[in-house]
Amino acid sequence: MAYWDQDKECMSRDNLEKLQLRRLKETVYRSYAFVPTYRGKMDAAGIKPDDINTLGDLGKLPFTTKQEMRNNYPFGLFAVPMSEVVRIHASSGTTGKPSVVGYTRRDVDNWADLMARSLVSCGADKRSVIQVAYGYGLFTGGLGAHYGAERLGASVIPASGGNTQRQILLMQDFGSTHLACTPSYALFIAEVMHDMGIDPASLKLKTGVFGAEPWSENMRTEIENKLNVEAYDIYGLSEIMGPGVAIECPFKTGLHIAEDHFLAEIIDPVTEEVLPEGSMGELVITTITKEAIPMVRYRTRDLTALAASECPCGRTHVRMNKVMGRSDDMLIVRGVNVFPSAIEAVLLSIPGVEPHYMIILERQDNLDLMEVQVEVSEDIFSDEVRKLEDLNKRIAKELELNLLINVKVRLVEPKSIPRSEGKAVRVKDNRKI
Amino acid sequence: MAKQISVFLENSSGRLAHVTRVLGDAGINIRALSIADTSDFGILRLIVSEPNQAYRILKDAGFTVSETEVIAVRMPDSPGGLADVLDQISEESINIEYLYAFLGFAGGEALVIFKVEDINKAREVFQKKNIQYVDAQDLYKM
Repeated sequence: MAYWDQDKECMSRDNLEKLQLRRLKETVYRSYAFVPTYRGKMDAAGIKPDDINTLGDLGKLPFTTKQEMRNNYPFGLFAVPMSEVVRIHASSGTTGKPSVVGYTRRDVDNWADLMARSLVSCGADKRSVIQVAYGYGLFTGGLGAHYGAERLGASVIPASGGNTQRQILLMQDFGSTHLACTPSYALFIAEVMHDMGIDPASLKLKTGVFGAEPWSENMRTEIENKLNVEAYDIYGLSEIMGPGVAIECPFKTGLHIAEDHFLAEIIDPVTEEVLPEGSMGELVITTITKEAIPMVRYRTRDLTALAASECPCGRTHVRMNKVMGRSDDMLIVRGVNVFPSAIEAVLLSIPGVEPHYMIILERQDNLDLMEVQVEVSEDIFSDEVRKLEDLNKRIAKELELNLLINVKVRLVEPKSIPRSEGKAVRVKDNRKI
Repeated sequence: MAKQISVFLENSSGRLAHVTRVLGDAGINIRALSIADTSDFGILRLIVSEPNQAYRILKDAGFTVSETEVIAVRMPDSPGGLADVLDQISEESINIEYLYAFLGFAGGEALVIFKVEDINKAREVFQKKNIQYVDAQDLYKM
């Protein structure tokens, strides 16, 4: 088994926890001293940095949210003067202002190191030719992967995103062995390759390092078959660092979180209660080495579960499951977690059904009722009642099979579901709980 | 054969009034209509004086509209008139999806709109059995 930093990656849990506690205390002191927002929240909660004496004390600290990052736009959460900041990235916000993050020289150094660690975990070494097809720019994907690959000593092709035919020519002519991009872009590259009549088996490409969006095991299989690569999942978010926060090892039983730099917790997104190991919930990350913008208990909104059991790869760091969704749009209906995105996927799988829908939740006699309203387009309209009722039943059945709860489907007139600019409002929760 | 305009309607108050108002404002006369309804929605079926125009303005008004081929059959306006026609149709195994009566037809005759599964076969049968049906252009003008 190859490692980039075996001492850290395979550190005994005892030593790791000592390191984590020391770094956590430093982080809390610095946040309290230099970030007014953190100090204000800790004061309000009656917590002083001296109250953090064990890793278990982490739970006393207030959470940090995306909204607070926006409120502090652009540099309000920075803990160092701008003269110490050597790089700025920003996340693409779909609503409102983006969240802006800064890096000191040591931050970019740690990041490159963690990204190199991730690439080695995916089987890369200094002989690898790594094509970075994540976007370069304010987005952390491109530059994050780039500097990690350079740190590793591999040959980097800074292709950035887009221009797919050229990506494929680069693979052919430069002999890329690794491709780093989003999983959806990997699939697109595979399709274009197919259209160009190029057999992926004729390339030197053997490995994909895919991240920046949630993807399923089914999608992994599809990419591996169509692109003839072994696909690894990499996790990261700009608020915490960027790619390299967690990475799969060859055993692919979850993504090892770089615990010498990040503390991970899983909470119930509604009650904010910390959940025991193995429970599904929202991932909360605390950075313990970040200088420019420390994040204390940042709510990622990503839903996953943690596994601390031993991994055959020898790494001792805790593993997170592949991210299965976002907590900000999760609904709990009769105790079952339901994602609007899953409903959308079912609707779009039925020919003629358009992605205009509304989910209405009601509670009658202590029972949750979910209604999905679907607009009737000309493609699915019929002058016969029987055909429309069949369609209604078919949609309801498909939804039930996928969501495992009863769903009432109501066909509604076109344009009756309100449109919105930006992020659409898909859920009307009328339950009085 | 004739063109029927079908409109999807939610079961909520004012929807039918809205459709008929849109047509009325455009000077389009409704010649025949029926509504099929379920607890959640209804399908309004219309024979109008200007079907192409009606289709366009309803679509522009945001309704889901489709055009359907139907046959307008003439029959004696007397007891057993419809039964005689239906007997002859069923002898030839023509499946009827639905039917409804035309408004204000005079001269001792009635006019019934048929939606059948196989319209070409129905037309052949009608010719063979000498069942009278009305041409589209004549129908819209009635």
